Amino acid sequence: MINKHFVLLNKADNVFVCCRQLFSGESIKLEEVDVEMTVDITVGHKIARKAISKGTKIIKYGVSIGSAVEDIAFGEHIHMHNMKSDYIASHTRQNRAGE
Amino acid sequence: MKGFLRADGRKGIRNVVLVTYLVECAHHVARVIVNDSPGDNVQLIGFPGCYPNEYSLKIMEGLCTHPNVAGVLIVSLGCEGFNREQLQKTIKESGRAVDTLVIQKSGGTKKTIEAGLDRVKELLITAEAAEIVPMEMDELVVGTICGGSDGTSGIGANPAVGHCFDKLIAQDAVCIFEETGELIGCEHIMAERAITPELGEEIMKSVEKAEHYYTQMGYGSFAPGNAEGGLSTQEEKSMGAYAKSGSSPIHGLIKPGDIPSQGGLYLMDVVPDGNPMFGFPNIVDSAEIVEMIASGCHIILFTTGRGSVVGSAISPVIKVCANPETYENLSDDMDINAGKVINGESTVAQVGDEIYQLVSQVAAGEPSKSEALGHQEFVLTYKKFEAIGPSCLPTAR
Repeated sequence: MINKHFVLLNKADNVFVCCRQLFSGESIKLEEVDVEMTVDITVGHKIARKAISKGTKIIKYGVSIGSAVEDIAFGEHIHMHNMKSDYIASHTRQNRAGE
Repeated sequence: MKGFLRADGRKGIRNVVLVTYLVECAHHVARVIVNDSPGDNVQLIGFPGCYPNEYSLKIMEGLCTHPNVAGVLIVSLGCEGFNREQLQKTIKESGRAVDTLVIQKSGGTKKTIEAGLDRVKELLITAEAAEIVPMEMDELVVGTICGGSDGTSGIGANPAVGHCFDKLIAQDAVCIFEETGELIGCEHIMAERAITPELGEEIMKSVEKAEHYYTQMGYGSFAPGNAEGGLSTQEEKSMGAYAKSGSSPIHGLIKPGDIPSQGGLYLMDVVPDGNPMFGFPNIVDSAEIVEMIASGCHIILFTTGRGSVVGSAISPVIKVCANPETYENLSDDMDINAGKVINGESTVAQVGDEIYQLVSQVAAGEPSKSEALGHQEFVLTYKKFEAIGPSCLPTAR
């Protein structure tokens, strides 16, 4: 746990996982660097531990959980809008798999 | 710990009388028999389809001869394809009490219900007479499943179950984890844990099969709630789910209804063989629970983040909740608060010890939350499997 809001699961990870909700506009220190949240971040969601360029693997638990589909800034929310599976497309209630 | 000794030598932690319907047409009659019988120990299971299916017969045989089951009343309409003679024979050979009612021969709904209530009374008397004997941890079979996973599941609940599994396996219990479709992305690290290289190859193949199958179906094993809870991809969900397996070596790869004969950790391959035939590998969590119970599970450890409330017929389900907000919201349904991990109040090992403790208590007769609330969900549908290969159970005798 790096602070009460985020946990680093493995030192090889390029994401932090939220363990207490943060709202858009709130600022927080992540490994000595201040960053402002641009969206609400709820428990279980991920933010970037560093700048991640398009095509780079997203590392969580020390292993790849997919790839960035666009450049991702430090502290930015990482989810289905900016990363994808390297195996099989994910879906939501609104979208079919792969759309 | 005490168990109910069955004639085949297996020991149960519950003493259930099952009423099983063999086609949807017999469902109502079976349900009324269960509803009008006394107590929580008379439970309803069944199969909806009219066409025969080897898999559903195997699962039904596994369930009806489960160590928690004392006796069975089979309710058939009469013309359906389910092989009721074979099912009755298997149950009888296991030494359990069994009776069959065929609605078409019994004079219809009312008369079958009346006859069924009488038969259940007799089955309950037989169940009451079951011998109670000492039971050890190495005679226990525990399965785990996750449902309604979110970004907290892989941090709190799943690794805590893994810790509990390691403790159970150290005492030579059988532990089963599953859903190869929810282990996509973990195949390499999982194969390395296999006790033989050949078993490792079988594990790799089973995950490739799952990936192919799910791709053909058009969806991974990934629900909208998973995404709302912060999980972005199948492999992210998989890595979290994989933590339930703990760190013990993997002793075998089984298919639904296969019963491990030695203590250790087993992976269950729930994805059908061959081209997709009957639809999704597991339509819902309860279908996976039923398969694990058919493989002998006395207890199911169910981890959740979004919050599931289901239990099961036959074996108690223990809920381990990873998300502290969900725990607050659904605490009546949750047995273990693994949200303490993400809150920084407990370690994974402490919660794992708590789960282990509760497994002992539930095995000794204490009802789990879902059990006390009367949850007895049950789902069984069509599937097709080939038998496992010889490399899948390297130490089988």
